[in-house]
Amino acid sequence: MDLLSKYDVLGAFWVTVQLTFYSAVGALIWGTILAGMRVSPVPLMRGIGTVYVNVVRNTPLTLIIMGTSLGLYSTLGVVLTTKSDKDLLFLPSNNFWLAVLGFVAYTGTFVCESLRSGINTVPVGQAEAARALGLKFTQTLGIIVLPQAFRAVIAPLASVLIALTKNTTVASAIGVAEAAVLMSKMIEFDSQYLFLIFGIIALGFVILTLPTGLFLGAVAKKVAVKR
Amino acid sequence: MSAPSVLYDAPGPKAKTRNVLYTVLFGLVLAAVAWFTISGLAEKGQLEGAKWSPFLLGSTWTEYLLPGLLNTLIAAGLSIVIALPIGFVLGIARLSEHRWISMPAGALVEFFRSLPVLILMIFANELFARFMDVDRDVRPLAAVVTGLVLYNASVLAEVVRAGILSLPKGQSEASMALGLRKGQTMRIILLPQAITAMLPAIVSQLVVILKDSALGGALVGYAELFAQYRYISNNYQNLIPTMIVIAVVYIVINTLLTTFASWLEKRMSRRGRPTVGGGLVEEQAPGMEFTGLRTGDNL
Repeated sequence: MDLLSKYDVLGAFWVTVQLTFYSAVGALIWGTILAGMRVSPVPLMRGIGTVYVNVVRNTPLTLIIMGTSLGLYSTLGVVLTTKSDKDLLFLPSNNFWLAVLGFVAYTGTFVCESLRSGINTVPVGQAEAARALGLKFTQTLGIIVLPQAFRAVIAPLASVLIALTKNTTVASAIGVAEAAVLMSKMIEFDSQYLFLIFGIIALGFVILTLPTGLFLGAVAKKVAVKR
Repeated sequence: MSAPSVLYDAPGPKAKTRNVLYTVLFGLVLAAVAWFTISGLAEKGQLEGAKWSPFLLGSTWTEYLLPGLLNTLIAAGLSIVIALPIGFVLGIARLSEHRWISMPAGALVEFFRSLPVLILMIFANELFARFMDVDRDVRPLAAVVTGLVLYNASVLAEVVRAGILSLPKGQSEASMALGLRKGQTMRIILLPQAITAMLPAIVSQLVVILKDSALGGALVGYAELFAQYRYISNNYQNLIPTMIVIAVVYIVINTLLTTFASWLEKRMSRRGRPTVGGGLVEEQAPGMEFTGLRTGDNL
């Protein structure tokens, strides 16, 4: 068990959690904006939203993440950290936020699609009936459509966020010191314990993803609108 | 807008003028973003002809991009071909009435579904290098395929399960009434129908595999399409154009596959067949039931 004292396993998973958290917050915001564009009555917004989602969704995440580091930072000089470039923590901090930016850009498209498909599960008749009752646009949206859409959205949205947790390992491509980087490091120095190392890292991800999935899956099933 | 939306009524004269105003405002924002991007790129000299002209040369394609693409397709093809039968076995095993079969199958599926593919690739790579003596030349490919197979077989197992569960109960009841055995019911009645229902999901899973294979290029040293950026940008100092061109290749292939998947899905729902949703397969989470949410008809 000296593997656990030799390497900072908890620290690495803490970075994974932080990456997931900031990316999730950003992706939820960006995804909502995108979904708003895709369901808006303005054709130009719908068009741009559709193009963005289809382009980004079909690009490998690896390419996006490495693009943020090599393209945005190295070539274009985009800096996202407040630390000065003489600080030793400059690169790690900058790469962390570049990775978050990449995850937000990528995961936002899936958030958008989940929200949109949630809205699509609400039958048009619901809104028509609401209008026939004389409800205003905001009332139709707030009382009739969104509450139903929200309940249909929990399951896919939870899946998106759990997938994001797993996807944060891609940040190791630009050297953010999260769980996958730690695993490579452990393997490099202690490869005779390969199975143990794999077990530790795997356990970490199972703990991070499986209970959340089981819990949110049960919640989604409970609140689902029966049609 | 063709179909009536659940959110908006057909626009009247007032709403139409408002929409024009929104279009103009949004167009301005869009133009500003485009101008910032283009001027930013131009300032760093990324729009110069010299950086883009290598992609007009046949040699860039025949020496780097096409062999890379071929390797990507080999890895993806091998992965889906190996993962499908394993996925079928696991999916059917999980539906078994015997708990000693369904429990281990379920545990295996949930375990591999909750792991990042990259972790599996790194593990396989070291396993082959240290314990299994796999030849150096094929080791990256073997590692990438192993990682992709372990993950995608468990995802496909859930697709299979959802496909079989999506069939009306009457199907298996009728076949039982005809005196077919459980194995026969599965083989003759349920599976053939489930496979058609699953086709869209399987095709969109291919998109996930194609995208994930890029991980092998970046971190396991497999010379697939994405990994070619190193050689091209080293030769011509044109990193951003190279990344854009490579991204476009992925986007074109994946868009074709996605379009094919939703075409399949539409065709089947037109015929009144049940389908297991395509688009969101990637975002299946461990522990949750296959959501099977459609991406919507106006995709």
